[in-house]
Amino acid sequence: MAEWLSLAEAIAAHVRDGDTVAMEGFTHLIPFAAGHEIIRQKRRNLALIRMTPDLIYDQLIGAGCARKLTFSWGGNPGVGSLHRFRDAVEHDWPAPLELEERSHSDLANAYVAGASNLPFAVLRGYSGSDLPRVNERIRSVTCPFTGEVLAATPAVRPDVTVIHAQKADEKGNVLLWGVLGVQKEAVLAAQRAIVTVEERVRTLDAPPNACVLPSWTVTAVCEVPRGATPSYAHGYYERDNAFYRAWDGISRERERFRAWTEEHIVHTRDFNEYLRVQNDPGIQVAYR
Amino acid sequence: MSAAYTTDEMMTVAAARMLRNGAVCFVGIGLPSTAANLARLTHAPDAVLVYESGAIGAKPGVLPLSIGDGQLAETADTVVSTPEIFRYWLQGGRIDVGFLGAAQLDRFANLNTTVIGPYGKPKVRLPGAGGAPEISSSAKEVLIVVKQSKRTFVERLDFVTSAGFLTGGDARERARLPGKGPVAVITDLCILRPHVTTRELEVTSIHPGVDRGTIAGHTAWEVRFAESCDATAPPSAQELQVLRDLQARTAAAHGATDGAAAESA
Repeated sequence: MAEWLSLAEAIAAHVRDGDTVAMEGFTHLIPFAAGHEIIRQKRRNLALIRMTPDLIYDQLIGAGCARKLTFSWGGNPGVGSLHRFRDAVEHDWPAPLELEERSHSDLANAYVAGASNLPFAVLRGYSGSDLPRVNERIRSVTCPFTGEVLAATPAVRPDVTVIHAQKADEKGNVLLWGVLGVQKEAVLAAQRAIVTVEERVRTLDAPPNACVLPSWTVTAVCEVPRGATPSYAHGYYERDNAFYRAWDGISRERERFRAWTEEHIVHTRDFNEYLRVQNDPGIQVAYR
Repeated sequence: MSAAYTTDEMMTVAAARMLRNGAVCFVGIGLPSTAANLARLTHAPDAVLVYESGAIGAKPGVLPLSIGDGQLAETADTVVSTPEIFRYWLQGGRIDVGFLGAAQLDRFANLNTTVIGPYGKPKVRLPGAGGAPEISSSAKEVLIVVKQSKRTFVERLDFVTSAGFLTGGDARERARLPGKGPVAVITDLCILRPHVTTRELEVTSIHPGVDRGTIAGHTAWEVRFAESCDATAPPSAQELQVLRDLQARTAAAHGATDGAAAESA
């Protein structure tokens, strides 16, 4: 059964140094509040997995939390580069970052394999691509029925998965909708799962076939309104496109990034206080 | 006399014209998304736009800044999970056209979106593959839209992220890729198509006001011109109007232009 905890308690209890961590959300419902809390609690040597590292992992990588990144598309969507990710790959700053690079199709299949308790994923992929040359974990398997050679890649099995969703009820049953990404598979593939939600409700009133994660598949659930901003939560708030653009400037230089992280994450008590700082025009004038 | 237009507008209009009405199109963000939506708003109202975020049949009123914008979900016929979009819909063989951008391509329309320089110590780390390797292999055909320069049209790719015609000739068939590969590359200068046997890209249509020397000067390999090289029709007043309205609506919604900075797939 999921336990209702504060986000600080959930990260303290369930995300440990050295863990393999997946924080999913495909543009939508990205668990930024949880990412900040991991930075605040100074977790180290994490092996991060995420299809699109996005700003959330740019922040974690720049803050020195990561030793490895498994990913399939590492850009700032609609804007350009992830500068902290690039600085780590190109200049080993703040630390060398081991890469395990795959394609979207592969990682999506690999989460399914993990959730299905299978050791590997099979897909018709990577033909003619150089990716298998630089990732020795992209291998092949021959179909025993047709002889077709298919790509085989290891299942994703995180120690802990963290996602954000719209609602959870008192028991900790979780409901999400809109662009669903791989969140359900990521939760079911993991040993432990933390879910932050927009609101705690008495009942979900979910229609049949809705994407519901039963309470007993989730370890901890935390109420964190706006916990996915600057990404969005369908039905609650929109994507903060201006912040995605501003991040390009904030993250480009190490010192500016460090100052931003100190002021917004390290020196704030929680995500609520982050939102206050983030919405304070007097403070933000320095970063726009 | 037609209104003045930019080379970027010519590129987007030329790319949009390539999408036939009714085609099921897997759309990358940025230039491909702009072109596909222009097609949908002009000659191809029944084109089905599929985005890798799971939106099938998306009809966004403004261009998405990211591949998973809420607009896509709200206007779609259905929204499926990421595993489903890649497994049932792309690998399942239901995509007619993959519409991609690229950081670099070579004469056989292989694409690089991974690194400039050696993989282990890159000079520039690009975003990576996204959906492109499987879109370029599994879609029945592929359209590529990209601005032409010696930096993008290179003699040799540092990294092949997504396969075009590999080393040319029948190399793609021998590698048993399911789809038939790139059918056209649309740039701000011209349209290139693969030669029927060598599979090398050759210029088949030149945009108005562009000469052969300019195209050669924007291509790092010795680019070939097809025997019957056409002149691209300039954008019509209607095409320009619809494109500009779409971009104005997008700018008003996002406070930005068209999200063309990141050519994700």
